[in-house]
Amino acid sequence: MSIKLHFDVSGDDFTRAGEASGKIKNTLKELGFNPETVRNVAIAMYEAEINLVIHAGGGEIDVEISPEAVTAVFKDEGPGIADVEKAMQEGFSTAPDNVRNLGFGAGMGLPNIKRYSDEMDIKSTVGVGTVMTIKVLNKQ
Amino acid sequence: MDFFHSVRLDEDKCRGCINCIKRCPTEAIRVRNGKARISPELCIDCGECIRICPQRAKYAHRDKLEDFGHFKYKIALPAPALYGQFNNLDDTNYILTALKKIGFDDVYEVARGAEIVSDATRKWLKENGKGKTIISSACPAVVRLIRVRYPKLIPNVLPMNPPMVEAAIQARKIAKEKTGLEDSDIGVFFITPCPAKITAIKNPICNEVSYINGAFSIKDIYPSLLKKMSREEEPEDINNAGLIGVGWANSGGEAAGVLKERYLAADGIENVMQVLAEIENEKLPDLEFVELNACPGGCVGGPLTVENPYVAKARIQRLRKYLPVSKNRLETDEIPDHMMWEKPLTATHSLKLADNVFDAMELMTKVYEIQALLPGLDCGTCGAPSCNAMAKDIAKGKAELTDCIFRMKQEMSDETAAEELIPAPFRDEE
Repeated sequence: MSIKLHFDVSGDDFTRAGEASGKIKNTLKELGFNPETVRNVAIAMYEAEINLVIHAGGGEIDVEISPEAVTAVFKDEGPGIADVEKAMQEGFSTAPDNVRNLGFGAGMGLPNIKRYSDEMDIKSTVGVGTVMTIKVLNKQ
Repeated sequence: MDFFHSVRLDEDKCRGCINCIKRCPTEAIRVRNGKARISPELCIDCGECIRICPQRAKYAHRDKLEDFGHFKYKIALPAPALYGQFNNLDDTNYILTALKKIGFDDVYEVARGAEIVSDATRKWLKENGKGKTIISSACPAVVRLIRVRYPKLIPNVLPMNPPMVEAAIQARKIAKEKTGLEDSDIGVFFITPCPAKITAIKNPICNEVSYINGAFSIKDIYPSLLKKMSREEEPEDINNAGLIGVGWANSGGEAAGVLKERYLAADGIENVMQVLAEIENEKLPDLEFVELNACPGGCVGGPLTVENPYVAKARIQRLRKYLPVSKNRLETDEIPDHMMWEKPLTATHSLKLADNVFDAMELMTKVYEIQALLPGLDCGTCGAPSCNAMAKDIAKGKAELTDCIFRMKQEMSDETAAEELIPAPFRDEE
């Protein structure tokens, strides 16, 4: 049994950024998921959604919710990540100044996703785009 | 036991319009058979529906001024928000004296209780607030909102009684010493700006008993007070609160009294919900204290006040000008037990669709299937606030698909005849 959700995320619209992860969070609450799981999903998905807005000019999110886990695939056709290992380091950021002024771009996005998820996979090609898969297990 | 709610509906006045269902922050209202129905599990008594109802059909159940007869000694506990209701006032003693003239034997300002609570909060935070964002529990609508929608934040809620309770305890103590009367002969009445506090009095969240006997609304008591307020007469010297206590009437007043630098104060139910979601997502890790008020501007914006919240706020600023910082504090080094909650706060889990994840997922799948059949306009004519809420109602068997006017249109056999029955904004052809 699973529930599938799809979201289109538009780029450069910070007023709407976080909407998709907010909806996922509310859905998990309504499903009665463990609060710890809800939190981990909410934080990891929020960071990934914000990345779509800041770096990729938007993209799409496909979420699959099962009683055992929540899996989300973030797809974009943005610039891609040249050095995934470096991008995973805390404090590393390529966010432009206008984004940093909004309080984003602290270089904690990817490290936070890793911290709050159980599995994380990034496939990126420079100039083509990025596909990131995040899995959070439902702790009972 | 049924939960007492102050916010209620006058069925005779309700015309079944959809203003309230759209405004309710917990989606607790549905229109059925031409009348609004409030779900007691979801209602947080914030009073948003009282504000919006064009028919004045929503009201706060409260005590009537004639009703306080049988007590031998009656004490008024005015909320600091009362002070912002009067024009050209530079001394709160005029209001406090007028309270005695309308029949109270004594007055104890809730602002005094607030200063004691501020002192206790500072002490409590020193020992228990390390590395954690503490959320104020003074607004009962916010506390109930957390129980209903943000149960994960329950450990962050300050487990302390609000100023009106502390004021009631102090007022009773003073009255007993002064009169020698028993507790049962002393009536303590809160002068309230909002229905949420009435609910908290009748049904204390985390205490076994209520120290307060009843509540009169500011708007009910306002005309009687005006009649008794006069500049011709020198008022009694009753006021005994400083600017910290009086400041609790406004959003940010409580947080200012905590004397912390890293605080946030938000007011208005939409803002409160956004801030709670951010705390839940751990996006505000460096905050020490968060004050949240369901009403715009804080308690001055309560649905049972008379004056515009921002006008009231400006008046309170004027009143505060000549006050000392604080005139009340704890009498002991330790926080007395009576100030803390007797029972822990519990979640109500009313957001959950079912008791276990499997059943909930099955129901949710059904909800999405139904929602795909609905127009997604959130028009409210079915009596539910949104198509999503309607889909949940249908999935739970509480509504029919044909309650949706668009579905009904589709299901009618003679399409052209049906088209004429559809209101102009929703017709397919001109």
